[in-house]
Parts: sequence; C-alpha cells; structure tokens
Amino acid sequence: MSATTLKRTPLHQAHVKAGARMVPFGGWDMPVQYTGIVEEHRTVRSAVGLFDVSHMGEFEVEGPGALAALQHLTTNDVAALQVGQIQYSLLCYPNGTIVDDLTVYRVSDDRYMLTVNAGNIDKDWAHVTQSTEHARDVKDARWRNASEGTGLIAVQGPKAEALVGRLADRDVTAIGYYRFARGTLSDVPTLISRTGYTGEDGFELYAPADRTERLWTELVSAGRADGVAPIGLGARDTLRLEMKYVLYGNDIDETTNALEAGLGWVVKPAKGDFIGREALEKVRAAGVQRKLIGLEMTERAVARHGYPVQKDGRAVGIVTSGSYGPSVDKYIAMAYVETALAGIGTELAVEIRGQAKAARVVKTPFHPSRVKKA
Amino acid sequence: MANVPRDLKYTREHEWAKPESDRVRVGITAYAQEQLGDVVFVELPKVGAKLTAAKNFGVVESVKAVSDLFAPVSGEVAEVNGELTQKPETVNQDPYGKGWMIVVKPSSKAEWDQLLTAQQYEEYLAQGGH
Repeated sequence: MSATTLKRTPLHQAHVKAGARMVPFGGWDMPVQYTGIVEEHRTVRSAVGLFDVSHMGEFEVEGPGALAALQHLTTNDVAALQVGQIQYSLLCYPNGTIVDDLTVYRVSDDRYMLTVNAGNIDKDWAHVTQSTEHARDVKDARWRNASEGTGLIAVQGPKAEALVGRLADRDVTAIGYYRFARGTLSDVPTLISRTGYTGEDGFELYAPADRTERLWTELVSAGRADGVAPIGLGARDTLRLEMKYVLYGNDIDETTNALEAGLGWVVKPAKGDFIGREALEKVRAAGVQRKLIGLEMTERAVARHGYPVQKDGRAVGIVTSGSYGPSVDKYIAMAYVETALAGIGTELAVEIRGQAKAARVVKTPFHPSRVKKA
Repeated sequence: MANVPRDLKYTREHEWAKPESDRVRVGITAYAQEQLGDVVFVELPKVGAKLTAAKNFGVVESVKAVSDLFAPVSGEVAEVNGELTQKPETVNQDPYGKGWMIVVKPSSKAEWDQLLTAQQYEEYLAQGGH
C-alpha cells in the first residue's frame, strides 16, 4: 500500500510535528515511536502516556431490537450490561473462530456503542449489518458507523487519573474499571471510559474528530508536570504483550477459536443463541486442542510471530507475539501449544533461525496488572 | 545528518570497518542504529569463525525488527564484544565506540578497497541509504 492511500487520524499533523516515525498500520499512517519504544514503554509504567487510537472504529446500534442484535452477534451476555458499563466481547463466525474482539458500551436503555479494531472496520461493518438483517427479532436495530467522526485518545499510567481529573468537569475518580461517563475536558465533549490496553490505570477518551487535536494539545500541556509523553504503536505493543492482552491479527484471527485463545470468560452460551455458539459448545465439551500460553525465553533470543515451538525437536505449536519486555527485562512471547504442554513450568523451545532456543511456560500476565478494580 | 566518522570505511548494509594494524574492527553505523530503534538483542559469531565479505555474520534485533549483519571483509573472527549480550542498548548509545561488534583478521587486502569511504557512504545515505 502506498503512503498516499493511507488514512490519517485527526492527530496526524501533531505526530509529524512532534517528530514521530510514521508507519502503515491496518491501512492507517500511524506513529510507531516518538523518542524510542523502550523509553515510551517506561513512561507509561511510571508516569503517564498519550496514545492516538483514533484509527479504531466505533459503531452505534440503537432501537428496541439493539439488545437482541448484539446478543446474536457477540459472545458475551449483553443483557448483563447496565447503562454506563462496558463489556469486552467477541464477534465470531459460525465455526467459533474470531471476526474481531471489541468492547461494547451500553450508552442508554436501547443504545450501544461498539469499539472495533482499525484494520477490521469494513469487515466488521459488513458482518454486523449482514448477520442481523435476516434475523426475525432484530428488525428494530438501526446501525450507524461513527468511525470517521470519532477521535480516540488513550491516557494510560499511574498519573492518568490526576491528569484527566485536572481537565474534566466531573469527578473521574468515581468512574470504575470498564465503566464510562460523559463529561467535558477543556470544553471538549468527551466520553470518558476507564479502559485501556496497557495494564496500567487510565482512560480512553472519545471525542468528536474535529475537537480531538484540541483535547490532545490540552492533555500534553496539562500533563507536563506529570512527565506526560506521546506513545507510539511500538510501546503499545510491548505494554499489551507484558499483560498477555491479545492483538487481533497476531494472537487471534479467523483461524483461532475463542476458547483456545483463552477468551472463554467472554463466551456465555447460557444467554441463548449467538453466532458461533454451537461450534464453541462442541469445542468446550471436547476440550481445546491447543492453548494460548505465555513463554519466557530461558535462553537469550527473541521469539517472534510465526516462529515454531518445539518439544524435544517435535513441532508442538507456534509463536503469535514476542519481544523484549522492558518492564520484566526478559524476552517474552505468546504461543499456541498443544494442550498437554500448556502447563506452567513446561520446558519448550522456540526455533529461531534454525536453532532451538530454550523457553518455559510461565504464569501470566508477565507484569502485574495495575488497572483500577471497581 | 547521521554521524559518519572520516577514519572509517562502510558497507551499503550500514556496517562500519576500522583498520587497527593488521585487523579490522566492525560495528553498525549511527544511521543503522537510529533506523533500527532500541536494540534489544545481538547475536555474534564465536572467536575463530570464518567470515566471507558481504555474507551474513550475525543478527541485530530491535523491538520491531530483525536485521542481518554483513561482513565488510573476509577473514577470521579474532574478538567478539561479549558485553552486547547483556547490554545490547550499547549499540544505540555508542555505535562507533563501546557498541563495536567484532574484530576480524582479514584474509585479503583487496576487499578493503571495495568498501565505501566516509564521503561515499554519506552520498549513499543522502540518496536514501538503500
């Protein structure tokens, strides 16, 4: 894809002006780093970082049939969601493999917002609109793709609450984890969501696209004393890897099912029928063939996406994500391995440039989570 | 513009080569480390290994990328910078000094003249460096 066809977020100019290194990501021209991935990673763990995640997609669904539509489309139980709450969930195919992972916001009684991955916006839009158009009880659900008009800034780190609190017209300390509230930050109308992808406390701030740069600028200047810095996709990836948060396209995709990915906690067959339910019930009954586990390299080497995993020379799995973890100061990875070899402490090897490098299955997250709990 | 010391020679793959009596010290350039970003892993040959000019002799990895290292000259590895195993970030901090990678005992003098001069390397970078 050539640079001219890449999409730009409302903050594109701000990144270029700040000297960011821009790279193509999911069809978007995005900052991979500003000063350096390791330094940016540490800023988020120790102070506060700002991420432009405006490339992510937002869909709205509204009407008396909205709940039924979402129950049909997603794996988690949307009926359990109160107004002001957020739910992590999945869109699956009938065979139980994954269309996308997403968050579902209950905005009002019969209105919801879905946040989906940037690279999947078109595919997801086709999936949600086509999969519901023939269902009998979901006629009264109106869909709107709000992706283009919506900017999104993640504010993550131990000082995120103080920074967002300083600019907000409401008490943000009262917003619990996976809950949200509406407010204004520096006169910008914002949906303040206590969520993130780093393992640190923090917020994701949804704002109108044409006001997002204003919000970014205000956060940068108000956060100066907190040591705030913009953070690129490179550090976003190492931060999420240390938490074993899955990334669509790396750890989960159209060939992986929800249960082997360790996402069974958002698959709720008791709620009634949904796309993929029957297949996932069969997988659950039979037991998964492989599991997504955390690996620590016990021999110095970097495991990366696609590298084979071995046990005594036999191929037993595949690495889905891997890097140096700056906060754990180790080479870590996520991999699918045969269920019998998924136990904590199992000694395995990763094939790197033709050589077997020792690795061990470890407890995850690799780094302790510090998200706000209730 | 990236730092290009005058007293070194260069490859098009962004290694530098420094003559030290009958040996050649090798590392990667300031431009290379900057393009890579934070170096988190370096894999080097053992002392005694035989290298061939323009062939792969090791690997340098940043958070995002894996890059092969190419030998500026043929010869035998006389020294290896073992410090880089524990402190790969030295390559970013001091690419022409403490971040050196290997010392080679060259097997041919002719290859030295094939390498780029500082001025040629600068021109190469100015044209995009690839």
